[in-house]
Amino acid sequence: MSEASAFTRETDAEGILVLTLDVPGEKVNTLGRGLIAEFEGILDEVQEDEAIRAVVIRSGKPDSFIAGADIKDFTRIRSAQEGEALSRAGHATLDRVEGCRVPVVAAIHGTCLGGGTELALACRYRVASDDPKTALGLPEVMLGLVPGAGGTQRLPRLVGLATALDLILTGRTLVAPRALKAGLVDEVCPASLLLAVAKQAALGLAAGRLRPRRPGIPLRERLLRPIVFSKAKASVLQKTGGHYPAPLAAVDLVRGGTATSQAEGLRLEAQAFGRLAAGPVSRSLVSVFFATQEIKKDAGYPEGTKAAEIGKLGVIGAGLMGAGIAGVAADAGVAVRMKDSSSAALGRGLGYVHGIWDLRVKRRRLTRLELRQRMDRVSPTLDYSGFRRADLVIEAVFEDLDLKRRVLAETEAATSDACVFASNTSSIPIGEIAQGSRRPAHVLGMHFFSPVHKMPLLEIVVTPDTALEAIATAATFGRRIGKHVIVVRDGPGFYTSRALAAYMNEATWLLEEGASIDGLDRAMTAFGFPVGPVTLLDEVGIDVGAKVAKVMHHHFGDRMSPPPSMERILADGRRGRKAGKGFYTYDGKEKRVDESAYALLPPGAGRLALDPRDTQERLAFAFLNESILCLQEGILRSPRDGDVGAIFGLGFPPFLGGPFRHLDHLGARFALETMEKLRARHGERFAPAPLLVDTAREGRTFHAPRD
Amino acid sequence: MTNRRVAIVAGCRTPFARSGTVLRELTAVGLARVAIRELVERTEVDPASIGTVVMGQVVPSVKAPNLGREAALGAGLPTSVPAHTVNRACASANQAIADVASAILLGHVEAGIAGGAESLSDVPILHSRGMARILVEAQRAKSLGGRLSALAKVRPRDLVPDAPAIAEPSTGLTMGQSAEKMAKENGISREEQDEIAFASHRNAWAATEDGRLPAETCAVFVPPAYDTAVATDNLLRKDTSLEALAALPPVFDRRYGTVTAGNSSPLTDGGAAVLLMSEERAKADGYAPLAYVRTWAVAAVDPGGQLLMGPGLAIPKALERAGLQLSDMDLVEMHEAFAAQVASNIQALESEAWAREKLGRSSPVGRVDRDRLNVCGGSIALGHPFGATGARITTTLANEMTRRDAKFGLLSVCAQGGMGFAMVLER
Repeated sequence: MSEASAFTRETDAEGILVLTLDVPGEKVNTLGRGLIAEFEGILDEVQEDEAIRAVVIRSGKPDSFIAGADIKDFTRIRSAQEGEALSRAGHATLDRVEGCRVPVVAAIHGTCLGGGTELALACRYRVASDDPKTALGLPEVMLGLVPGAGGTQRLPRLVGLATALDLILTGRTLVAPRALKAGLVDEVCPASLLLAVAKQAALGLAAGRLRPRRPGIPLRERLLRPIVFSKAKASVLQKTGGHYPAPLAAVDLVRGGTATSQAEGLRLEAQAFGRLAAGPVSRSLVSVFFATQEIKKDAGYPEGTKAAEIGKLGVIGAGLMGAGIAGVAADAGVAVRMKDSSSAALGRGLGYVHGIWDLRVKRRRLTRLELRQRMDRVSPTLDYSGFRRADLVIEAVFEDLDLKRRVLAETEAATSDACVFASNTSSIPIGEIAQGSRRPAHVLGMHFFSPVHKMPLLEIVVTPDTALEAIATAATFGRRIGKHVIVVRDGPGFYTSRALAAYMNEATWLLEEGASIDGLDRAMTAFGFPVGPVTLLDEVGIDVGAKVAKVMHHHFGDRMSPPPSMERILADGRRGRKAGKGFYTYDGKEKRVDESAYALLPPGAGRLALDPRDTQERLAFAFLNESILCLQEGILRSPRDGDVGAIFGLGFPPFLGGPFRHLDHLGARFALETMEKLRARHGERFAPAPLLVDTAREGRTFHAPRD
Repeated sequence: MTNRRVAIVAGCRTPFARSGTVLRELTAVGLARVAIRELVERTEVDPASIGTVVMGQVVPSVKAPNLGREAALGAGLPTSVPAHTVNRACASANQAIADVASAILLGHVEAGIAGGAESLSDVPILHSRGMARILVEAQRAKSLGGRLSALAKVRPRDLVPDAPAIAEPSTGLTMGQSAEKMAKENGISREEQDEIAFASHRNAWAATEDGRLPAETCAVFVPPAYDTAVATDNLLRKDTSLEALAALPPVFDRRYGTVTAGNSSPLTDGGAAVLLMSEERAKADGYAPLAYVRTWAVAAVDPGGQLLMGPGLAIPKALERAGLQLSDMDLVEMHEAFAAQVASNIQALESEAWAREKLGRSSPVGRVDRDRLNVCGGSIALGHPFGATGARITTTLANEMTRRDAKFGLLSVCAQGGMGFAMVLER
């Protein structure tokens, strides 16, 4: 990569140097170390060559300006000092851009993220194309970092505190018109005119004709500084539960930096960047990021396997899952035929997806026209008409083996031989559904998570009979609708439901032993799960949970046996939120623990005060050990898939990097000792997975050590 | 001439609903979209094989004047399928079918969708001429001052909106008045009109009960809540009787009139579509066509005379082209704008004077056997969404011909402007 030049230089008759960045052999431009050296050389030339009157920087990639720093560089940071030095080097380069003898103008088309935005911020002027693909942002916080090339300092000085904090703390991007409104770019124009407009601006700046107004931080924000920052901090703490240091550091940097000089602010930024980059949270988040990239390449079928393009999707069942799947497909432009057995159910399903899109319209994420086009793509039906041309059919009917078998048979009769049939079951083995299938090679599981439009995981479940082409078709479709796709082997509960079942089962045992409902939930949200297990059970439906528990118990025996009181809970009509009655109350305003549920749980109303650390340990290790079993049995193809599945499907804390990263962090020996301790206290369900025993004995890790 | 034949493969329509009731939240484009989409789904036709889409609409959607194109795109047909919209008043969907049939006969396309839609819940309400002039002036003004001074010219009378009436532009008579005139001049009794209306309801009810009409319709889910699925026509009445019809007061001439709400077609919302293919394509794709288009004809009379007598000319013209007699027709579908219009046209077909004076023939066209007429009901019972009716009639006739294994079927539709449309189907 360092051999071929990434920049093309072209100086026109008017003395404008147009720098076109096109990193060879890559789909998008990233700012690697080698590139920065080349750029420094160009800056030297600009400094010396009097004939150059202005510089325009643009990208040679079709839809990417600069996607940010090369994240591989981050993984090579061994210490806070190294990270700080990397950031300081970036500062030095961008300070030269900012202080350049001639004006430098950024001509932005396509994604402009992280270091790309920071480069643009250091330029004198920013022109963006009005293409919907043009979006600017600083997503570093998603990798547990703060912007390290001046973003925390130049952005607030350009757009003000509130906008800067919003962008830096959420990592969200702004499309060009919004970036213009926020003051992040100076001008927006059609992509075809981008270079001409940027050149014109460059000449105007050089001649002193164009003097952009830079009002800096507005007076109102300067007066309200303490409130702005305390609100930002409170909101961060509320959203992260204190598990993520980067956003807090970012608030401090914007506050500290804007109270002093930019140079001092940059010094602080480099320190914070170094500290965070070398810290465990960022390492975890970066590993998760790489995992999501790798699963696209190591996708569970040989590269080059032919995937059918989905022109039309059939969905059976218009409930929350079915309608949700129809919705994300329609979002991606796919025509959907949605079948249910009653008009009322179809109507509710259509209303559900309409509600999701309507909310986006209200938030200005979607236009009315786009909403109508999406609604137009979903066509409801009571029979199988319109299925003949479906390339993929996903069933999301009630969790009942006989029903699913019947639906499979009916679908096979109504569809072409090329059609792939997927079950969205969360627990029934696909092999059992596929018994009696005429085309078992085209049957697999596509396990979506609720709510479908928000949960980013798709777990594809394959049987020994499933054809590679069918896997490729389902996985390609999954990625098209924006999901992280893992491919797992068939088995009861596959990976996600099985690991979750072990975790939930342990939670119900804790309730049986006297834990309080809210205490249990609080312990696990403190651990880093987005919701606690009892809340989750209420949301999913206690009856659904019990059904899964039964399947698990049936297959895995005593170690998955549910505590006796769960029967009583169900017999009392407690099915969770949907029934308005569960472990919490759902009558009106505030959700509170339903104290009357304790009457059904030993030892009654007086709950025990348990140490939350014990709760966390038991639940976490139930989850971790089951994950190891899944890996050992080949349900999971790799620890990486387990990490991705747990984080994006089940809300396993991302800052821990997923169950296997977490195990590696704890050490297999420590994990084994903990399992043995729990086994002695709570019985054989904590028998350590043989793979854990081996890994500990051999002193290995689950993931291959990084370079 | 070509020896190609045009196959009617299938038809599908939304339920027809009284304007301002269950379908009022939908536009004509929306209704047409549902009909086309469902037709495509049910026939499993390859959307890319559709060569053209032609739709009829009478009261145009101001914001989507080419309803055909918008509906085709909304129905998910490929963007490469061209579409247009036609207006031959109440025979618009028939004209759309004729357009697609022509394209197939010419070999321009192998398959096409034709139909139409109307939402009389969603008619454009216009500003008065004065108001329109002022608004245009204000829009063109270059300054705020110019805009304000233009708007200052608005007078109260400019604010009275101008809603379209169902009236004949060339004579100013409404359709109802025209029907009234025909009843009087042709001596059509109130009893005969009510009997036609009664038969319309009775036949429509029977065809609904035994599932013949429901098989042609598809459910419409009503936005924005989507909790209502409109699945059935809401105009026809099971309980209507000759006594009840006789009790209704005349609407257009309260003193001497005979045309009532009961023996006229009501204002209706709905959409309908028909899939047409060349015979070879239909057979190659494994379809069993319901019927084939033998031929069709359009004719027109002086709108200043008896306005709705077009079928009286179009039917003999079509039969002549087909080389057939009225007596060869196993089934006849006549659009019922008004019972008085149906009776007047039947009278003309049976009349020697009509044959002599209007057709230059010595003998009458023939008798219309009432037992073979509108056997699944007509527009009086089912409603009449102007742009869609022709596709409903064609679909029902073709289906009924299949059901009865009929050889020939005739359909006719009268239209504003004194026009009439007739088509002969064969099997």
